[in-house]
Amino acid sequence: MSKKDTKEPSRRDFIFLATGAFAAAGAASVAWPIVDQMNPDATALALSKIEVDVSQIERGQSITVKWRGKPVFIRRRTDEEIQMASRVDVNSLPDGNARNNNLTADSSATDENRALDDDKEWLVMVGVCTHLGCVPKGQSLGDAKGDYGGWYCPCHGSHYDTAGRIRKGPAAKNLDIPVAEFVNDNVIRIG
Amino acid sequence: MSKESTYIPRNGFAKWFDQRLPLPRMLHDNISAFPTPRNLNYWYTFGGILTFCLVTQILTGIVLAMHYTADAGLAFASVEHIMRNVNYGWLIRYIHAVGASMFFLAVYVHMFRGLYYGSYKAPREILWILGVIIYLLMVITAFMGYVLPWGQMSFWGATVITNLFSVIPVVGTTITEWLWGGFAVDNATLKRFFSLHYLMPFMIFGVVILHIWALHVTGNNNPVGISVKDKQDTVPFAPYYTVKDALSLVCFLILFVWFIFFNPNILGHTDNYIMADPLVTPAHIVPEWYLLPFYAILRAIPSKLGGVLVMGAAIAVLFIVPWLDTSKVRSATFRPLYKQFYWIFLVNCVALGYLGSQNPEGLFLVASRICTAYYFIHFLIVMPVLGLVEKPRPIPESITKAVLEKLEIKNSKEEAKA
Ligand code: HEM
Ligand code: FES
Repeated sequence: MSKKDTKEPSRRDFIFLATGAFAAAGAASVAWPIVDQMNPDATALALSKIEVDVSQIERGQSITVKWRGKPVFIRRRTDEEIQMASRVDVNSLPDGNARNNNLTADSSATDENRALDDDKEWLVMVGVCTHLGCVPKGQSLGDAKGDYGGWYCPCHGSHYDTAGRIRKGPAAKNLDIPVAEFVNDNVIRIG
Repeated sequence: MSKESTYIPRNGFAKWFDQRLPLPRMLHDNISAFPTPRNLNYWYTFGGILTFCLVTQILTGIVLAMHYTADAGLAFASVEHIMRNVNYGWLIRYIHAVGASMFFLAVYVHMFRGLYYGSYKAPREILWILGVIIYLLMVITAFMGYVLPWGQMSFWGATVITNLFSVIPVVGTTITEWLWGGFAVDNATLKRFFSLHYLMPFMIFGVVILHIWALHVTGNNNPVGISVKDKQDTVPFAPYYTVKDALSLVCFLILFVWFIFFNPNILGHTDNYIMADPLVTPAHIVPEWYLLPFYAILRAIPSKLGGVLVMGAAIAVLFIVPWLDTSKVRSATFRPLYKQFYWIFLVNCVALGYLGSQNPEGLFLVASRICTAYYFIHFLIVMPVLGLVEKPRPIPESITKAVLEKLEIKNSKEEAKA
């Protein structure tokens, strides 16, 4: 071995490494703003909360509102729909998680955990199919509601039940439930 | 081929210029005088046609961008403005929209030509890979372009495709929202797609230059698939192939122009003349015809993550084709078995395209699964195995011999007739 290979790092090695590290840190600090500018901006975040007056909704009716650019389904369910949803064994569901942002992340997908209120009349969820993002049918009276009486996504055939839980088809998750609450008897705040 | 230059400057100025910037020399050696196999057929004219398509898209695109407005509230109306108010706007837009389809038609012919004549084999692996990169960039460019008119298909196509990224474990949603610049496809998404749709054709242009550079290092492959041995095997590109390419281009343009003037909307979807509505999904979401085979593959797989991975693999597998084909013989002309499997594969791809346009239910779903499986079987099993078991037909000694033999057969047939 030559003397060169074994000798201690020289001042030149140090300068070389220090310069390289400095340039890398500089490049990264410029790269991040360029990447981050594409993330949702202040106006997108500002639309994060809406309040909806639901006093006009009868049982068995739904409305669709826009929240963060996405449709949100608000449905006031009939007794029959509530019963259908409650009867299901949670262990038999493709997705056993409540997907409810008002609860802890490991809550199970029981009907109680999906509904907004204690009477389980109100269902509020993001109307975006968890497969590839289409809006499922089932909000209007004449719509196809799928094999489980809830919602049906025509894009690739996902069936959701009356609690918005996935039952059949390519989607893997239940419809997402956004942070929501009744601020008074008539108004639901979403976000 | 890195050969001696044959350029001779014609006058004093040309000489003066050549010593400072040998651009005319480069063009002379690589275009006019470029030695090209003498037996190229019309399937070899699609490279020229593709170059024409790229230039057409860029020119019409730049004009469209002068009148188009990339804003979710205005985009749809601005495209109608182009159609109704801008002088010849309808023509420019139809050239651009039909042009995208013609571009893909040409690229598919070009790629299947390569698969038939074994153009991906040594020493042309890099040339082939650059081609696959161009194709991939074209797919992304066309996808973003289709979003710009902001119709229902634009919006929901964009939604479905960007949602593919949400299958990535852990960071999927973060990445999707980063792509959108919001919580759904919206104004921010449209604006970035326009910016990138403008940029990417120029990136394609760059890769095309690399593609042609690689072509000029190895030289053209040809229908008999044997390498050029001496000067007799080649003719200069000009005038022989400039004329052949021009004739082919004229025929291609007849079809192109027929679409533009007689049926400009047949290749598109009527729903795209309805303005995007984020609250209503159209009954059938279908991509443009040129992406249907991949859409069929995506939907053939019952799992979300699986579908995305397999669809990605369908393009990724093209990158390794040079190493999957184990046969030493390039051209399918001399490969009796490969030739048959080639046609089966081609029919399979067309079938996938048809299935991509149908609802994935019942028999259609079963058929898409079979065709998807066969797509991969062709590349991963048929290609490697054929090379080992197939007995190729005898190969001509040289390109010139092959050409003369063909001529002799033709002559003797004519004599027999007379
Ligand atoms: C690889 C080349 C290109 C391809 C494959 C392509 C493809 C497309 C497609 C499929 C559309 C939708 C057409 C429709 O249905 O209306 C489109 C629209 C558009 N493209 Fe391109 N494009 C290319 C190059 C360019 C370039 C270079 C520019 C700008 C300089 C451009 C600007 C536009 C504009 C402004 C629109 C919206 C107007 C419209 O919808 O007709 N394109 N492009
Ligand atoms: S997006 Fe709903 S099933 Fe695919």
